[in-house]
Amino acid sequence: MPLLRRVVNLFSRSRVDRAIDAEIQSHIELRIEDNLAAGMSGAEARRDALLRFGNPAITRERVASADMALSLEIVWSDLRYAARRLRQSPGFVLAAVLTLALAIGSNAVVFSVMNALVLRPLNVPQAESLYALQHGNGTSGAESYPNYLDLRDRNRSFDGLVGYNVSKAGLDTGGNPSSAWIEEASGNYFDALGLEPYLGSFFHAADEHGANSAPYIVLTYACWHTRFQDDRTVVGRVVRVDGHPFTILGVGPPDFHGTLLFFAVDFFVPLVEDPLLNGDDLNARGSPFMFETMGRLKPGVTPAQAVADLNAIGANLQQTYPKDVGKMTFVLRSPGLYGDYLGRPVRAFMAGLMLLTGLILLAACANLGSLFAARAADRSREVALRLALGSSRTRILRALFTEAILISLAGGGVGLLGSVALLRALSAWRPFPSVPIQLAVNPDVKVYAVAVLLALATGLLFGAVPVRQVLQTNPYEVVKAGSGGRAGKRMSARDVLLAVQIAICAVLVTSSLVAVRGLVRSLHNHFGFEIENTIVASTDLSMSGYSPDRAPSMQKRMIEALEALPGVESVGLIDTLPLSTGGGDSIVFTDNTPDLRPTNAATDATMFLISPEYLHAAGTALLAGRAFTWQDDKNSPRVAVVNGEFARKLFGSAGNAVGHMYKLKDGTRVQVVGIAEDGKYNSLTEDPLPVMFLPILQSPSTSTVLVVRSREGENHAPQLLGTAMTNALRQLDTGMPLEIETRDKPMDVQLFGPRMATASLGVLGVMGAILSITGLFGMAAYSVGKRLKELGIRVALGATQLEVLRAALGRAFRLLAIGSFAGLLLGILAARVLAFIVFQATPRDPLVLAGVVLAMLLLGLVATWIPAQRALSIDPGRLLREE
Amino acid sequence: MAHNDFQGSLDLLVLKTLAQRGKLHGYGIVLHIQRASDELLRVEEGSLYPALHRMEQSKWINSEWALTDTNRKAKYYKLTAAGRKQLQEAEESFDQLVKGVRAMLKYA
Repeated sequence: MPLLRRVVNLFSRSRVDRAIDAEIQSHIELRIEDNLAAGMSGAEARRDALLRFGNPAITRERVASADMALSLEIVWSDLRYAARRLRQSPGFVLAAVLTLALAIGSNAVVFSVMNALVLRPLNVPQAESLYALQHGNGTSGAESYPNYLDLRDRNRSFDGLVGYNVSKAGLDTGGNPSSAWIEEASGNYFDALGLEPYLGSFFHAADEHGANSAPYIVLTYACWHTRFQDDRTVVGRVVRVDGHPFTILGVGPPDFHGTLLFFAVDFFVPLVEDPLLNGDDLNARGSPFMFETMGRLKPGVTPAQAVADLNAIGANLQQTYPKDVGKMTFVLRSPGLYGDYLGRPVRAFMAGLMLLTGLILLAACANLGSLFAARAADRSREVALRLALGSSRTRILRALFTEAILISLAGGGVGLLGSVALLRALSAWRPFPSVPIQLAVNPDVKVYAVAVLLALATGLLFGAVPVRQVLQTNPYEVVKAGSGGRAGKRMSARDVLLAVQIAICAVLVTSSLVAVRGLVRSLHNHFGFEIENTIVASTDLSMSGYSPDRAPSMQKRMIEALEALPGVESVGLIDTLPLSTGGGDSIVFTDNTPDLRPTNAATDATMFLISPEYLHAAGTALLAGRAFTWQDDKNSPRVAVVNGEFARKLFGSAGNAVGHMYKLKDGTRVQVVGIAEDGKYNSLTEDPLPVMFLPILQSPSTSTVLVVRSREGENHAPQLLGTAMTNALRQLDTGMPLEIETRDKPMDVQLFGPRMATASLGVLGVMGAILSITGLFGMAAYSVGKRLKELGIRVALGATQLEVLRAALGRAFRLLAIGSFAGLLLGILAARVLAFIVFQATPRDPLVLAGVVLAMLLLGLVATWIPAQRALSIDPGRLLREE
Repeated sequence: MAHNDFQGSLDLLVLKTLAQRGKLHGYGIVLHIQRASDELLRVEEGSLYPALHRMEQSKWINSEWALTDTNRKAKYYKLTAAGRKQLQEAEESFDQLVKGVRAMLKYA
């Protein structure tokens, strides 16, 4: 009952108060009555009654607190009181909430990402018993098919060992060919993982009868949704995969997108179809190594026992097939990240991120510490007054903690909301449209719990800052002397921390400005080809069922078809675009090398296969010699166009290289017929690479990128030309998957790194700036609050505004200057590291230096604005009267 | 000894008063303690009320509003069964205190 009554009391505070007042009143009246009866005068009787009773306000307070011993009421009134107090200092609230939101938000984001990548297992039932097999001597887990079969059938530790492989294929569902990412999976894949189909059925181990015996596919739920519009009649439909007919068996469960954590495939194909789709030989035991494996441990089998089991099979395989199988040992890893291959860098990356956010949290804590100390200093007089008026220390401390907790909940809430928004965006984000990388990092209960706990912990920690001050406050001294504390002259640890924070902020600001400038520059540069007026169309003819031998004639027809389009100046073909996914490479020898061992190679050259018109169409300058012609075919001598760097490496100089011979990896002699200008091929920041261009007719490839240059001045809309190109090419082959884009789009892959670096530096810079601002603000507010009286005396003695400001904020600005200067120096040093990622990142750039100085000044201005206003608005007369 | 502090003594005085006089308001309790102790014990009147409300929360006493002889509204307190038990314990514990202090003073 008492609890219920307390709760009821909570909502009828006035009624309870009235009852207490009435009781006190009745006591005093009774005493007055008696006094009057004893013969006192009216005034005398009242005075005596009040004297005897003591302070009714304190009595009421104590009675009320006895009534609400469980203090629900007190919590409520504390909350209201705290909210009222906080409304009076919006600057403090804003700074504290912002600081906390930043710290909590960044930690929530990083924790979510770690939760998604490291802590959370694959999205399958009982994922904890799943292990990826990895070779003991490296980070790879690749197996050949025969080895996989032996491992699967002879081990006694796993309930089903599955093989899988991610690959790319063309999907044609009838008139809309496009490329898709697939997972080739062994027949037991779905059964071993314990998955149930959302629609239709899966393929099973019993469906496999040797190579190309199971022309079935299973769609992922997402693919069914986006490509088949949730059409429930897809089961049983025949679609074309790389031009071959496959039957759709069913649709996988929602949220399952393959066994790589941040890679979403479109559909699953039985592993035994690999020879048809990829041209591999399933029976080659020695090579190729193409399948990753993972399995579910049987109940009661420990990972160590399983490894021993696998190692025994490995040793036996090595003995039986010494030619094909090397030393074969195993370790078990958690699945989903290709074992250590991706797992190790991902974990290292996460560790780095955790460290960073830990630092942010630390900086935020330091800032909160100074903010709360400043507030406590401001309130020492109020606290003393309340103590003198009879408030209990516990009550005052409780009020302080309530404020701290309110602030931390607000900060945590804002931080959490921000992080949820950010994580949503991150989950929906596809950095490369053509590659289905995605991070499923939707926050879950764990994340919310961590954030709330962090917020409360920091709140309690910083509510505790003023505790000592309150406990030691001697009300009479403070009220008598006023807040006359002098700010210490020595640099305190907090000052050093603040200077370090500002320095880090300056480093980040410097580096992000350097990065932005570098990025802008890298978009307006000549990389050995023209970006303007160029559209590229990419496909792989193997996706439409062409073999490498049949490819060149088709490619020639494609070029001719595009050349016929209006507004097109020239059309060239290359197997892979420079500065996109990069080219293949191969070692080459000088012509007089008899022994073709890899150690004797002259250089490792990047290799591009091109049509005769490519160099012209791409805008790559031919410095000497000639380009290819369609006569450079299988029946004529092998020829090559090389770049200047290649010529210098093999022949000493670019000038006289034309006509010289060199040898390919297999010993084929090739004559250099032309020299092309140097360019960038694999990355923007690479050193000059030796490159050879070979004619497609002599080295055919199904990989096809058509580079179409439109006539300058004829301002063709890229979309119109793109549509015309699609139509023209589809007339040649209706089942051809095509990607058509402007020349700068494929470079996104190259610019991804620099852009990410720039963006993260920018984000970190903003965070650093916010932290520095709140830190400086706290410090400046503290020093102004502590020295109000001194500043007032200065004003009274005739100090100018500038002198007041210097006295009040000199220390803050000294810290800002020291930190900024150190940060700028460090930033200039750090830019050298940045130059590895961002093209031509250099700090020797007046714009960057001016930008940093401006940014730091602005930061100081924002941080000290409110305290400066306060210092300037000091009215010495009022101050001296009050103190 | 833990219960033998001043607050314990005030509780004892209040409980004893209510045991001797039945229903009584706060002012009446003050008067009774003064009279019964021959004016030796004077309670600061205001400080009685937190104690009364605390004891009511502990269910040693309960209360009701009623009219005094002079027709004034006042809150009357009354001992409960738990209060009687508490009084007995408090009396014993106070006896212990007195004995202890006596022994201490007599110690040569």
